[in-house]
Amino acid sequence: MSGSPTAPLPCVLIGGWLGAGKTTLVNQLLRQADGRRLAVLVNDFGELGIDADLVTGSSDDVLELAGGCVCCSYGADLVGTLRRVAARTPRPDALLIETSGVADPAAVARTLRLLPELALDATVVLADAPRLAALAADRYVGDTVRAQLAAADLLVLNKADGLDAAARAALQPLLPAARCIDTVQAALPIDLVLGLQAEPAAPASPAAARPLRGPAAAAGRFVSRSALLPAPQDPPALARRLADGAPGVLRAKGLLTDTDGRRWLLQVVGREARLTPAPPGARGPDRLAVIGVAGVYDGAPWA
Amino acid sequence: MSPAPTTVFAARSILTMNPARPRATHVAVREGRILGVGTREEVAAWGPHTLDDRFAGHVLMPGLVEGHSHLMAGTLWRHAYCGFFDATDPDGDRVSGSPSLEAVVQTLSQAAQARPEGAIVGWGFDPIYFGAQRCTRQDLDRVSPTRPVGVLHASGHILNVNTAALQAAGFLRTGIDHPAFPLGADGLPTGELKGPEAMLPVLDHVGLNRSFLSGDEWGIRAFGRLAVRAGVTTATDLAATLLDPEVDTLLRLTGEADYPVRLVPLLRLIGITPVQAVERAVELRTRSTEQLRLGRIKVVADGSIQGFSARLRWPGYFNGAPNGLWYTAPEAMRECFERALDAGVPVHTHTNGDEATALVLDLLDAALTRHPRRDHRFTLQHAQLADRAQMRRLAALGGAINLFANHLYYWGDQHVAVTVGPERAARMNACRSALDAGLTLAIHSDAPITPLAPLFTAWCAVNRVSASGRVLGEAERITVPEALHAITLGAAATLHLDGEIGSIECGKRADFCVLADDPLAVAPEALKDVRVWGTVQGGRVFQA
Repeated sequence: MSGSPTAPLPCVLIGGWLGAGKTTLVNQLLRQADGRRLAVLVNDFGELGIDADLVTGSSDDVLELAGGCVCCSYGADLVGTLRRVAARTPRPDALLIETSGVADPAAVARTLRLLPELALDATVVLADAPRLAALAADRYVGDTVRAQLAAADLLVLNKADGLDAAARAALQPLLPAARCIDTVQAALPIDLVLGLQAEPAAPASPAAARPLRGPAAAAGRFVSRSALLPAPQDPPALARRLADGAPGVLRAKGLLTDTDGRRWLLQVVGREARLTPAPPGARGPDRLAVIGVAGVYDGAPWA
Repeated sequence: MSPAPTTVFAARSILTMNPARPRATHVAVREGRILGVGTREEVAAWGPHTLDDRFAGHVLMPGLVEGHSHLMAGTLWRHAYCGFFDATDPDGDRVSGSPSLEAVVQTLSQAAQARPEGAIVGWGFDPIYFGAQRCTRQDLDRVSPTRPVGVLHASGHILNVNTAALQAAGFLRTGIDHPAFPLGADGLPTGELKGPEAMLPVLDHVGLNRSFLSGDEWGIRAFGRLAVRAGVTTATDLAATLLDPEVDTLLRLTGEADYPVRLVPLLRLIGITPVQAVERAVELRTRSTEQLRLGRIKVVADGSIQGFSARLRWPGYFNGAPNGLWYTAPEAMRECFERALDAGVPVHTHTNGDEATALVLDLLDAALTRHPRRDHRFTLQHAQLADRAQMRRLAALGGAINLFANHLYYWGDQHVAVTVGPERAARMNACRSALDAGLTLAIHSDAPITPLAPLFTAWCAVNRVSASGRVLGEAERITVPEALHAITLGAAATLHLDGEIGSIECGKRADFCVLADDPLAVAPEALKDVRVWGTVQGGRVFQA
């Protein structure tokens, strides 16, 4: 699938209120790109805080970044900008769309889904932990903030070091069913935010969980594990187990064969699971890779 | 050295708006300014002059000031007018309205015949007057099955397109699941595009994108002609990007000897940070000329009431629609207010719903506590649902208000039936309350949303009659003199220009609205029918 030029371009939406750490997360991801060509779309360059050392040049309305990444602002015309970016040569490997601070990520997600050349992989919403309680209760913007939280597949409770245990516990009722990750400096591994780069490679033998590479502040917090699966599987049931029940599972991606011999691509982000027919290029045995929280995700829920 | 030449204009009557000398018959003009106003003898005492009696049968009043319009009002006349009501184009030709969907199709078909190729574009479309009937792509396919056809709604928030345009934009397919794309029974979009995310990708294909830029030379000239026809001598362009090429074009055109209107473009806070906006406004201020006044900022807090994107306080929309959206983050507005107060840059903030007004009042109050500034006149634009308490608070904070009086006529019936219900509709655009609160009051058209015609806008504020003839809140009516004040000195005051324009008195700019009828002599119900001959702007005469 990754080799096909017509496959939809994977997109990750990064939402959250002003000051929650959206741009910090974007910078974290750009530093981990490691050969992935990321195209970052920001609402406007005005709010752009791409670290200066990552910027290598600019042309027209595009900021060129280290490692073949680019950044564009979309202003009022998100759809037009998405189309232009998706048509760039070389084609980006993934799009990161940073919404404006007041946007409802669910509305932006609906707009992304207008474009068949794109595939929305996940909506990641950041929240400013110390301010969240006040913002969610604010008489003017509380409903907007709560809608943002509700739109998350993965909820990143950033600046979590600014909360004591009692304050953190008090936030719990505000946090929706989405998987919630506490962070400092929005330090998250790129594979957690963007998903594993291709469909999981077929491991030679069932591998033990290994730490996910990422920023130092996230060291040891997340693990990934991949394994071969016996065929056939019940793909919808597996999808439900991973999305609804499996402790500590944040993301999963797999190639599965059902009892009728059809092959499926399974993608799980937080509580959202998506099954799509496997792309023709996806070969090899059935397999699954999972990203989870170290110490919580403890193995193979499919076993 | 002898003084510059002086012209004395004789008029049937001059309505000066100067309480010390409310009526006169002669006005002397030198170097584009008013030398004196009074009787023939009084102004003759200024010395040698040429008597110009072409207005001997006309009434002069101060040049009208449109405090909330857009240059796009000119640009749109590049395209076919599809509004319900008759209109007058920039050249003064009467253009018939299209009172049915069939008539809209006819209008567009004529436009298609007039230009044998390319997209066919209409504007001003307002199907609310056609009952429940919606326009579909099949209707517009009758205009052309092959050329892209698009017609922009009067509100500016919806675009209807034909099948060819949908196809060109890549949206002629099933499986679309988006509130901005209503689907037909066949599962394909109906061609109605509700909102910018659906409209913008299609606008390119119907050749309309450029209309949203304010640097269009033809449009700026057309706007000037519209202004002359409406008696307007100073007008705002209330949301401009004001990049250098656009500013250069505006400076060049407004600097021409026969450009008839003083333009006041406001820099919109979008795509730039508050810091950048204030810095840019300060920089632009230094490039201001007599005819182009720069250095103000526009902020948009929420959306529109008829589009259900305005932020309303409890209990919200009458039809139960969910509350609207914030268009700018409160933090960004607060930072903009604070920095602008420090820099002396006036900010005009669009608030439609009363919750948006409440938030902006809170932000302005907090900003003023930390950054006090006398006479800032930060202005609320539209503020259609602002109530009396909010108006008292705005007055106490030193703010001004520019109400959207034309809405009462064009959308008043919708506001009663659908958006806010009869009670709140009766206090929308509450001009009486604004004056009672001691506010500086302007009223506006938001052209091209409604036509540029301040005398019509004044008529709306005086009569508060909807298109169907329903009176919306008699208690909020204002008098004809108060309304005339709002479209001259009031609007000028929201721009800090009331010392230069807005009345006919010694020392001010020689800006006159030339009328065939006396607006104070006609019945209040006939104010909109007062005939405009043209204008005098900076002493130059422009016949409509």
